[in-house]
Amino acid sequence: MQVTMTVNDTEVTREIEGRLLLVHFLRDVLSLTGTHWGCDTSNCGTCVVWMDGEPVKSCTVLAAMADGHEVRTVEGLAQNGELDPIQQGFMQCHGLQCGFCTPGMMMTCRALLDKNPDPTDAEIREAISGQICRCTGYSTIVRSVRWAAVHEAAAAQQEVTA
Amino acid sequence: MQVPAPFEYERATSVDQAIGLLERLGSSARLVAGGHSLLPMMKLRLANFEYLIDINPLHDQLGYIRVGSDSVRIGALTRHRELLESDELASAFPIFRDAERVIADPVVRNRGTLGGSLCQADPSEDLSAVCTTLDASCVIRGPRGERVVTMEQFHVGPYETAVGDDEILIEIRIPRRDNSGNAYEKVERRAGDWAVVSAGAAMWLAADGTIADARVGLAAVGPNTTGIPEISATLRGQVPSEQAYEQAGVIAARSCDPVTDQRGSEDYKRHLADELTRRTLRKAVERARS
Repeated sequence: MQVTMTVNDTEVTREIEGRLLLVHFLRDVLSLTGTHWGCDTSNCGTCVVWMDGEPVKSCTVLAAMADGHEVRTVEGLAQNGELDPIQQGFMQCHGLQCGFCTPGMMMTCRALLDKNPDPTDAEIREAISGQICRCTGYSTIVRSVRWAAVHEAAAAQQEVTA
Repeated sequence: MQVPAPFEYERATSVDQAIGLLERLGSSARLVAGGHSLLPMMKLRLANFEYLIDINPLHDQLGYIRVGSDSVRIGALTRHRELLESDELASAFPIFRDAERVIADPVVRNRGTLGGSLCQADPSEDLSAVCTTLDASCVIRGPRGERVVTMEQFHVGPYETAVGDDEILIEIRIPRRDNSGNAYEKVERRAGDWAVVSAGAAMWLAADGTIADARVGLAAVGPNTTGIPEISATLRGQVPSEQAYEQAGVIAARSCDPVTDQRGSEDYKRHLADELTRRTLRKAVERARS
């Protein structure tokens, strides 16, 4: 069957098997290997991408279900060569060690900040409660998201002043 | 790599077209909504279908929460996140928000649906217990039109519902009555896990403050998620009190049928059924009074 979807602002059309999962479509068909593939059972959350702006676990979504929809992956976070504040936050606050959970974490946290620009630590922990990190103990991830929230607020303030 | 066995993917364009497909394809076809229970089962070959009919495109028609004065109607494709975030629903039936906060995790809740959860009919599934507690009925549509069944009729057994091969669950209806309160509590070992035990309770108070009716629904304590009529019978006519909640808790603990597994021993689960029944009844009464 044929699917057409927008991935990181680019329209793609491919011939696929009905059973192909979105995570494998992104990684194996489009070579967008930034999205990781982990537990296969929608528990670990490393495969999180956005479908129409909402985080979904792409190991449990058929590529066919994304037909006609807009998908964004971790490769689509940086804009015009500039890292997203979430990515900068993860760098500044050591939000990763091995990096396996990072793409999913960043996609979920970016979506969180879009909805709630000033989340509490508890709200951040709730948002990532469906994702597993085995390196950081989550504390530095929470700090990274707070870093992004604070810096985005400061940047917005600067824009208003300027 | 875990992938489902090969199947033909069909996309629903309307409820009637989906029913037409089901009628033609019979038991070789299955509807898929959020897919977060079905796809993992297909990966494990616990479920195999020649055809999957994707009903997500029907979300515009079947994703709704309509709060009326005497009932609430919820479309079967309403997603967990929508149930969680609806202030109108939380005000009519706070039990939904209690439950949705602890169902799976926020990302899974972006996909999973009310109808999908009920049709999965997993004995540990929370929304079945919620709907049982609220005395909800299910609207099922097929080639011969619509029929409405109670939750008791809907839930045939583990992973088995009253929905026929050529039918589709389209709506849940919940009656509204005055002076009512409801609540849900779940004990789980980690975020997103199945419940060790969950309990829902609903209370309807009479004008004189006595219990006009009460219902308790449990999950994860046996093959069925049906209510416990003995609790309703015992509580009716009583003045809400710790003693009444205790009686209900004792009945809940002895009426359920939990098994020892990695989530806890049978004894511990009976203890939880008792304690969670008391807590949710207590909270339901608080809410009914406020």
